[in-house]
Amino acid sequence: MQLDAMYQEIILDHYRNPHHKGLRDPHNAEAHHINPTCGDEVTLRVALAPADRAALDEEAIVEDVSYEGMGCSISQASTSVLTDLLIGRTVAEGMRTLEAFTELMQSKGQGEPDEDVLEDAVAFAGVSKYPARVKCALLGWMAWKDAVAKSLEKEGAR
Amino acid sequence: MTLREFGRPETGPLDTQAIRKDFEILSRTVRDERPMVYLDSGATSQKPRRVLDAEREFYERHNAAVHRGAHQLAEEATDAYEAARETIARFIGASAGEVVFTKNATEAINLVAYAMSNAATADDGLRRFQVGPGDEIVVTEMEHHANLVPWQQLCQRTGATLRWFPVTGEGRLDLSDLDDLVNERTRLVAFTHQSNVLGTVNPVAPIVARAREVGALVLLDACQSVPHMPVDVAELDVDFLAFSGHKMLGPNGIGVLWARRELLEAMPPFITGGSMIGVVHMEYSTWAEPPQRFEAGVPMAPQAVGLAAACDYLSEVGMDRVAEHEHRLTAYALERVGAVEGVRIVGPTEAVDRGGAVSFVVDGIHPHDLGQVLDDRGVEVRVGHHCAWPLHRKLGIPATTRASFYLYNTLEDVDALVSAIQDAQRFFGTRP
Repeated sequence: MQLDAMYQEIILDHYRNPHHKGLRDPHNAEAHHINPTCGDEVTLRVALAPADRAALDEEAIVEDVSYEGMGCSISQASTSVLTDLLIGRTVAEGMRTLEAFTELMQSKGQGEPDEDVLEDAVAFAGVSKYPARVKCALLGWMAWKDAVAKSLEKEGAR
Repeated sequence: MTLREFGRPETGPLDTQAIRKDFEILSRTVRDERPMVYLDSGATSQKPRRVLDAEREFYERHNAAVHRGAHQLAEEATDAYEAARETIARFIGASAGEVVFTKNATEAINLVAYAMSNAATADDGLRRFQVGPGDEIVVTEMEHHANLVPWQQLCQRTGATLRWFPVTGEGRLDLSDLDDLVNERTRLVAFTHQSNVLGTVNPVAPIVARAREVGALVLLDACQSVPHMPVDVAELDVDFLAFSGHKMLGPNGIGVLWARRELLEAMPPFITGGSMIGVVHMEYSTWAEPPQRFEAGVPMAPQAVGLAAACDYLSEVGMDRVAEHEHRLTAYALERVGAVEGVRIVGPTEAVDRGGAVSFVVDGIHPHDLGQVLDDRGVEVRVGHHCAWPLHRKLGIPATTRASFYLYNTLEDVDALVSAIQDAQRFFGTRP
């Protein structure tokens, strides 16, 4: 059975007991993403703190990621894992993690994830074998990317 | 299978095992060599060998661009294409001159919407197709996006108002405000014959009667009815009927718009170009008679021939028997799936005025996750909003899981579905 490879215990744990769930203030920007094929949605906020007390840039610290969502275990768990991974990191580190996660999701089951970078997110390797579910796993991550871009646009170096 | 093996048309239960032999794909396995249980015919049906053979024979023996050229192949191709139109028309009790081939049912509906749009700038001769501020178009809350978005767009382009019949908690149309919703301002009522989510078969007669009283046109989305029950356009007395080929054992890439001849004769074209013209000058053009007026470009003749073969196949089985077979499957599925603890059927729970689309939700398991486990067990269903997002929003559920049946499904397929649902409940720990 290939199901166990996909629904790793870590994923089911995050699904049943999501981390950092709920929308919080303060936040710099919010993004709402929908998967039009299934209707799953996530609203995600980021709060960033400038590294040098000046404008927000790539070195800003991700102070908080909060979210509300509705959807399958894969989309909800991957958003929960995201908050664990990115809170406390710089925006640049977060983007690198996003890149590594995206690459893993596009690997069609052939990826060899770097556990140092992806931590719990390596559990999603099995999902990459199911093309229809890759979008689920990326839903929260794309919202994060969008919310960060909005934050930098709004409050970045002028 | 021959006609004899079916027994006489319209008598006795279907010999499903004999029918299944005509569908090569049904004997394949999926995911770790599991036998495939195909319960997604509401999305698209499988095709019997005879349909594939008909398409292949066209390509191998008669292939040419139809309605063009005078060589022998062109003649044969054109004859095959027009003969297919006759067969398909007969299948729904229509005459060939009222059948327009489109890319799919979505295009068929858009054809009507855009013809109405294009009529807006025409003279008063086309008044009955014109809509504008103060006019109303009525749909229902249970429409597939294909029979909702084109009307939203038409209203946005023209300033007309979109109104809709609500759906009751049980999943039936609420017609209590029929006389208010369909009124002197109504130009068109567009609704589905059978819901692709709820399975509900809608009452056509009272809606048509009211539309006639106020002079509104009626379009019926028959995508889920023509494949599954006997449909006769004269009996329905609607103005337009749209359906797709691929949901009724036919090929992809072909849909049908049936319309009353006098409407087709009056309607302006939607897509313009080759073969839909009367004469063409540098300054202006005139239009061919229908149905050619609505079939610009080289048409999908091989698919038309394939769809005619599908109609013949279904006619030999007998649409009454197909409907009866699916009714048995539906009643059995409603009972068995509905009896699983933690499962709720979305749509009428009795097999009355109800077709073979059975949607449901399972407590604690998102449909995507449920579908994944079902797929792992070889049970192929549809999950999501099934292109009926507003309906799901109305019912307060983000998504459902849908099993849908056809003539090749068996009671054992329903058993496999039930047992896979229970497996999913065990897998996700929502059941001991």
